Amino acid sequence: MAQRLDYLKESPSQTAGPYVHIGLAPSDARIDVYRRELGRDIVGPDAEGERITVTGQLFDGLGEPVKDALIEIWQADAQGEYPGKEDNGFCGWGRVVPDFDTGLFSFQTIKPGAVKAHNGQLAAPHLSFWLVARGINIGLQTRMYFGDEEKANVSDPVLNLIPEARRNTLIAKSDGTSYRFDIRLQGDDETVFFDI
Amino acid sequence: MIDELCQRDRNWHPPALAEQYKSSVTRAPHQPLLSLPGSESELTGPTFGHDDIDRLDCDLIRNYAQTGDPIGERIILHGRILDENARPVPNTLVEIWQANAGGRYRHQADGYLAPIDPNFGGCGRTLTDDEGRYSFRTIKPGPYPWHNWMNSWRPAHVHFSVFGTAFAQRLITQMYFEGDPLIAKCPIVSTIPDQAGIDQLVAVMDMNATLPMDAIAYRFDVVLRGHRSTPFENRPEGN
Repeated sequence: MAQRLDYLKESPSQTAGPYVHIGLAPSDARIDVYRRELGRDIVGPDAEGERITVTGQLFDGLGEPVKDALIEIWQADAQGEYPGKEDNGFCGWGRVVPDFDTGLFSFQTIKPGAVKAHNGQLAAPHLSFWLVARGINIGLQTRMYFGDEEKANVSDPVLNLIPEARRNTLIAKSDGTSYRFDIRLQGDDETVFFDI
Repeated sequence: MIDELCQRDRNWHPPALAEQYKSSVTRAPHQPLLSLPGSESELTGPTFGHDDIDRLDCDLIRNYAQTGDPIGERIILHGRILDENARPVPNTLVEIWQANAGGRYRHQADGYLAPIDPNFGGCGRTLTDDEGRYSFRTIKPGPYPWHNWMNSWRPAHVHFSVFGTAFAQRLITQMYFEGDPLIAKCPIVSTIPDQAGIDQLVAVMDMNATLPMDAIAYRFDVVLRGHRSTPFENRPEGN
């Protein structure tokens, strides 16, 4: 027998279930309990940058919209800096609750700048997504890239890890300052999810 | 340079697809996850302060009460948020949600016949202190039936959401109560492959923290992914 490593094990994940909104977005469950809910404004009122709208839907393996999910967004500011280094009032984090009847989600934010990739090169602008729902046993992590950033996307080190046939699952279609980003949990166009 | 995280042990977590939990069948990705080297995009994360929350937010007995205290066993849930290196995670946001004493959630999608409690909302939040400690006061949730098999019952549980410092540490899990016979029968619990992993989610009764004549305490620690210590790691600028 060798010595024992004394690391702890990470607590195992369990599904957020269908009532996740009670805990993380109570007003969506019609519970008026907190003075201020967290994550309702991704950028804060004074953030600089181009204001954009992102809409989309989550689909399950049958092609049905997922109507009981909760999404969190994490992003850099317009200069490509993540919050925390300096207090400029930029939040960068938010929660999005798809409509309970249609599964459509929509949120406003600003378009982030290019950020540093793991290798020190520049990554194309992107939003990080984390999504949970009934039937999802451990939160799924992915990213949304921008369809109108073709040049930056071509040299993005993460997109380039993905076989070309699946790369587009992470690229939102652009229409002016609006973007459409659908997420597919299974099927031919299954979204690429990450182990980070 | 930003601190990397230890690899997540995917064999310790439930797999995406666990057939006994039927909802996972159409919602589990089939393709392998793409392994990414850590970068700022997920090794940073949101932080919260005491301005964001109120003192009463962690008291589920009082934070929604309209006419009096909610019905049910008064309990204290407390413990620490640690990382895999056994270091406390200070000043991190912990959010919980749960059913009421009858096993009913205050949610439009819950149609169980047990009644809504007019004095119970079912959610709470707090920040850990400098030693990673948190504490909630609530009532013990009831078990409830759900549509999986013909006769499936969830053990009494409290949902936990925890942040850490990196978006890639984000974790949602559930806390169960020591001695509940439904734990061994639950198809959601049994998505966890290892019995030792299941045991890690079972809170233990804590007489030392129990308030005499008032509330029984349960202790529950949550472990988040740890940061890798890398004193000798080759770095691009050093090669």
